[in-house]
Amino acid sequence: MTLAARRTATAYAFLALPLVFFISVRFGPMLYMMAMSLTDWGLLRKVLRFVGFSNYATIFADPVFLKSLSNTATYAIFGTPAVIVISLCLALLLDNVHGKGRSLFRLIYVLPYITPLVAVAWVWRWMFETPPLGIVNALLVGIGLPAREFLNSPTQALPSILTVNVWVDLGYCTTVFLAGIQTIPRGIIEAARIDGASARQILRRIVLPLLLPVTLFLTVIEGIQFLRIFTQVYNMSYQASGGPLNSTKSAALYIYQKAFTDFNMGVAASASLVLFVIILGVTLIQVRLFDRKLEY
Amino acid sequence: MRGPWPARTATYFVLTLLSVTMLFPFFWMLMSSLKDATQIFQVRLFPSKPTFDNYLYIFFSKSSRFPQWFLNSVIVGVSTTVSVLVFDSLIGYSLAKFRFPGKRVIFVLIISTLMIPTEMLVIPWYAMSRALKWVNTFWGIMYPGMISAFGVFLMRQFMMAVPDDLIDAARVDGKGELMIFFTVVYPLVTSAVAILAIFNFIGNWNAFLWPLIVVAKPGMFTLPVGLANFSGEAGSDWHYIMTGATVSMLPLIVVFLIFQKQIIRGIAMTGLKG
Repeated sequence: MTLAARRTATAYAFLALPLVFFISVRFGPMLYMMAMSLTDWGLLRKVLRFVGFSNYATIFADPVFLKSLSNTATYAIFGTPAVIVISLCLALLLDNVHGKGRSLFRLIYVLPYITPLVAVAWVWRWMFETPPLGIVNALLVGIGLPAREFLNSPTQALPSILTVNVWVDLGYCTTVFLAGIQTIPRGIIEAARIDGASARQILRRIVLPLLLPVTLFLTVIEGIQFLRIFTQVYNMSYQASGGPLNSTKSAALYIYQKAFTDFNMGVAASASLVLFVIILGVTLIQVRLFDRKLEY
Repeated sequence: MRGPWPARTATYFVLTLLSVTMLFPFFWMLMSSLKDATQIFQVRLFPSKPTFDNYLYIFFSKSSRFPQWFLNSVIVGVSTTVSVLVFDSLIGYSLAKFRFPGKRVIFVLIISTLMIPTEMLVIPWYAMSRALKWVNTFWGIMYPGMISAFGVFLMRQFMMAVPDDLIDAARVDGKGELMIFFTVVYPLVTSAVAILAIFNFIGNWNAFLWPLIVVAKPGMFTLPVGLANFSGEAGSDWHYIMTGATVSMLPLIVVFLIFQKQIIRGIAMTGLKG
């Protein structure tokens, strides 16, 4: 055997098992899912029937699915910019702090991001409790504001869960932004300052444009994150229902319930494909939009 | 820091205020876990009579399954992390240091799986687990995460920086390929290995959706699933729920404090997720 052939053999030997893995646990299931979305697949059913696109017709006629889609959109549309803007401001502020202070602040901000979401969700659920139990309401009443229903109200529950999610992801985005800021050569900023540029001009003309790639990356990641929201909703809504009145139910929770409460796998499969297409589409649009801005 | 003092003060004020917002829920969780069934209903920052009874209940009472869940989570977290480290570094090494037909296709194939959201895969995974009798087993919980596409990407990046001469020299010395991988290449990429290990462990420790689906037997729950289940049934026993939450966070806080540098570096470097 030649040397090159032996190397090739070695590489394939290293890659054989992983390839089997990726095909059977990633691509295979995905194709299976697409096929099953066209059947009346149910866990309790023995014979599969081809039903064409009727599962898709079913979900788009289901007001609960449409509600879950609009909720998911609300999470993403309000959550993503909120996280991005706040964390960008934080990173810019942190950039001015040097030494131990910076690491300490950053450490504190990252803490929620690495702790189990389930635990975090229940802590916030406890804090959002109705008076006289919840500490948040105790604070509100303490400063003379009316108490709120939070998770028990069809209008306030979604914003409450959204806020918690922003709180969770803030430190992650701040850290990435801060790393991005630090890659900007100090020389450029110094030169601009010597040329008489104001701090605001430096920010608008130099720092923010140079941060565009990082911002794109984070917008995509956070967008996906919010579109996939599940654990928070499952744990923060009463009996994991996505309530009250489906007001917090996300698409991911809808899929879970269709599949594992109703055992209607075919419908769940088609719903999950719809979610996948949405995630893919939103990601591509974001990349396009930012690409145009990056060009000049 | 530079700048006039009002700006400096304002900066520190904002940053500190936010730190309080970030830390308070953890503080409140901890304080709630030290209160008994009566004190829990009084909104007071510190318990009037702190008690460890909740912890004794969570860890030692006969009806509590937390120790079992804790153990399950450790088993799942450690096993998947070891598997990911071995496979991902082997894949990364092959893709970075070998020339062979199909290399690019394989790399793109693996990386493209990052685009497939877990939500889409759990249903077929479940069907697969049922067919193969993997439901309610450790293997069932772990198998979808035995290799991480993200880790492949990370390891490949780092392996590319390993000098070819070093590997060739080892080959000339007559070392076998696996031997070279473990004794020559591995020691040079330990920082990437550390980051991957830490993030994979955290990710698996916190994973919720898939373990929730594949396990129905309470004895096989991982900590997050157990906590969700326990809390859902605990009703107004908030002192127990908060103690359970504290317990489920404890190992992570320890990992975090020990490896804070690697964690911050890992996030900053790539923006790690999933």
